[in-house]
Amino acid sequence: MSSEHIVKSYDSDIDEMVNTIAEMGGLAEAQVAGALAALTQRDMAAAERVITSDQRLDALEEKVDQMAVRLFALRQPMAVDLRLIAMSLKISNDLERIGDYASSVAKRAKRLAAEPKLKAIGSLGRMGHLVQDMLSDVVDAYVERDDRKGMSVWHRDEQVDEFYDSLFREIITYVLEDPRTTSACIDLLFVAKNLERIGDHATNIAERLHYVVHGDRINRARSETA
Amino acid sequence: MSEALTTPVAAVSSKAVAAAREIKMTTRQVDLWYGDKQALYGVDLDINGNEVTSLIGPSGCGKSTFLRCLNRMNDTIDICRVDGDIRLDGDDIYDRRVDVVELRARVGMVFQKPNPFPKSIYDNVAYGPRIHGLVNTKAELDELVEQSLSRAALWNEVKDRLADPGNGLSGGQQQRLCIARAIAVGPEVILMDEPCSALDPIATAHIEELIDELKREFTIVIVTHSMQQAARVSQRTAFFHLGKLIEVGETNDIFTSPQHQMTQDYITGRFG
Repeated sequence: MSSEHIVKSYDSDIDEMVNTIAEMGGLAEAQVAGALAALTQRDMAAAERVITSDQRLDALEEKVDQMAVRLFALRQPMAVDLRLIAMSLKISNDLERIGDYASSVAKRAKRLAAEPKLKAIGSLGRMGHLVQDMLSDVVDAYVERDDRKGMSVWHRDEQVDEFYDSLFREIITYVLEDPRTTSACIDLLFVAKNLERIGDHATNIAERLHYVVHGDRINRARSETA
Repeated sequence: MSEALTTPVAAVSSKAVAAAREIKMTTRQVDLWYGDKQALYGVDLDINGNEVTSLIGPSGCGKSTFLRCLNRMNDTIDICRVDGDIRLDGDDIYDRRVDVVELRARVGMVFQKPNPFPKSIYDNVAYGPRIHGLVNTKAELDELVEQSLSRAALWNEVKDRLADPGNGLSGGQQQRLCIARAIAVGPEVILMDEPCSALDPIATAHIEELIDELKREFTIVIVTHSMQQAARVSQRTAFFHLGKLIEVGETNDIFTSPQHQMTQDYITGRFG
């Protein structure tokens, strides 16, 4: 943002909100990393941590809600401030959802740990690292208000979708080959879906950041054909 | 000459919307001096009919000066000189043949501080129609007074005390009385110079509600220091700085995504 507000407490209020979202971002990254460790390395301590820490993200989201509402009421923000505060409300919701998906992956990882390890878990781990990087980059992009970095995340979502499609087919073939793996494969399918959704939310954050920086919406369909 | 008047104004993101509207007033290359001091520099602005246009900008930016050009209120200041072209429905309002009294009936004005005449509520509203000879009988005048007060959303509050002095009303009521007075002579455009800055939030809300109603019949240009008010009441917003029109566009665009850095700094409260 260009320069400082005349009223300094306005800047410090905005900074506090942005920092809380950065904290949410760091926490969401840790949740996703923990869920992946639970899944690929059968780290059950990590799984438990992810499941119990989800509440912290929920609490922080609520804190952001309150800060944003207060900013709206006290400052009646305009232009770039308005866009930042309104989008921060949505971004905090994206991060909270990401935490939910991570927690869901951790729960399934606990169940999967009781079963023989399926080969698809390796592919899921790679997909997981892809979305983990996207998440980490998009949180950095938000804090730095760096739309170019945000857009690089936005473009990676296509890879995640392709990954998901091929994993879906892969997992279905396991079920066909050995119906005894059906239950585990259903868990894997949900894990794949959850990771794909985490990628979507990271992409949402990139789109919201673009609006904060430029004031216009990304036209997804047009960009894809261009 | 009239071809030259169709030059487009500064970037407007929703051009189609603006084009669909009838343009009520145009200004082209308006310069203004107070003695040696230039206060306006080449202002080009189109004012759409049946819309509210708000003029915003820091104190001394020329927005009130510009507003006062639109009904030649600046003529009353001896050292003031206006150059350029200002038209109402295509007619040059600075043409020598224009009757200024007639012009100000077509382009009425409401000021920052409510300024009712030291007369009764009734006479405040009846004054204009009387001097302009708009009515022939007492019955007609009564009807016009009631109509004007109703349109200014004041009738119900004053109908039982029309003979009371106008300046005995509350500030917000006085301002609505001034609006009724402006409406009574059947204007086409109403200029408002910070009409709410001396009013409390409730009286302000009444005026804003009224502005919303009035734009069905009139074209309104309002100068305001409240960005939120500009955002609430107007369809188009023009931002002035140091006598220049910096940016004009759809109000929605100006307050969410202004194109000019200076506009952004001003409306977000970052201005030096």
